[in-house]
Amino acid sequence: MAAMRQFDVRVEVLLRAGIADPQGATIERALPALGFAGVTGVRSGKSFRFRVDAADGSVARARATEVADRLLANPVIEESVVTVEPASTP
Amino acid sequence: MAPRVGVVLFPGTNCEHDATLAVGQLGGRADLVWHHETSVAGFDALILPGGFAHGDYLRPGAIARFSPVMGAVAEFAAAGGPVVGICNGFQVLTEAGLLPGALQKNRGLRFLCTTVPVRVERDDTALTTGVPVGTELGLPINHFEGNYTCDARTLALLRDEGRVVLRYADNPNGSLDDIAGVCNEGRNVVGLMPHPERASDRLLGSDDGAVLLTALLRSAGATPAAA
Repeated sequence: MAAMRQFDVRVEVLLRAGIADPQGATIERALPALGFAGVTGVRSGKSFRFRVDAADGSVARARATEVADRLLANPVIEESVVTVEPASTP
Repeated sequence: MAPRVGVVLFPGTNCEHDATLAVGQLGGRADLVWHHETSVAGFDALILPGGFAHGDYLRPGAIARFSPVMGAVAEFAAAGGPVVGICNGFQVLTEAGLLPGALQKNRGLRFLCTTVPVRVERDDTALTTGVPVGTELGLPINHFEGNYTCDARTLALLRDEGRVVLRYADNPNGSLDDIAGVCNEGRNVVGLMPHPERASDRLLGSDDGAVLLTALLRSAGATPAAA
């Protein structure tokens, strides 16, 4: 049996293009009042970090993607980006 | 015999007693169903009431949909049993895939607690059977994530199949197409953001919601389990 390794996973969840993002829009509208001119395209989202035990990177990615698709993001309105890398500390 | 209504209780649900009382006053019999239950046998209809199931962590309904009881709810719905999700219950039903679309934060990012005019669009669903189309009801809303959304294909489907059950007469939250409630293909699963149970008695200021819950009891009486 292959030895298990640990992988650090980062999942970023954002609203799909075309879905209204009232938080992002509100932040964008507030920026000029704080002196930040020329900041556009603000989108709000969520970021999750966790660690996965797996035999290799592709297995870790598959499991992390399943977590993202089944729980962390609602595919009706959100999309997720999964980043996997070997754990930095054991 | 009075129709038996199961009122599903998740940790954080807070409208279960309002729903139970309203059902009882309108001639039904309601019992609470804990979220760890795996059977809803014996019930003629189910209500998923409002509240903050599992604290609304992650997204409203996102954790509740994995509760053991939801398997039984899905089976009951698939067999044609009437299921109504009110507010947070609507959010749970969309997360569980029993109803299409999703509920996102209100346009304007305000928690809304008020009474709004709502129009009945269909008279052939579990919650509106026999209620004349065009009936306008004053119903309480109490939500932050009540802004109904879905993709264009789903919206076209909902319109073509007449599955928009209720519309806001004056859209309070940015909901797509003024949608306040939708149903599934079988018309036995209905979700709505307004709270009919909070307007089920004149003492509460309005009994406009009683017409909907009475329709649900009619639907419940028509299911095989009640026979």
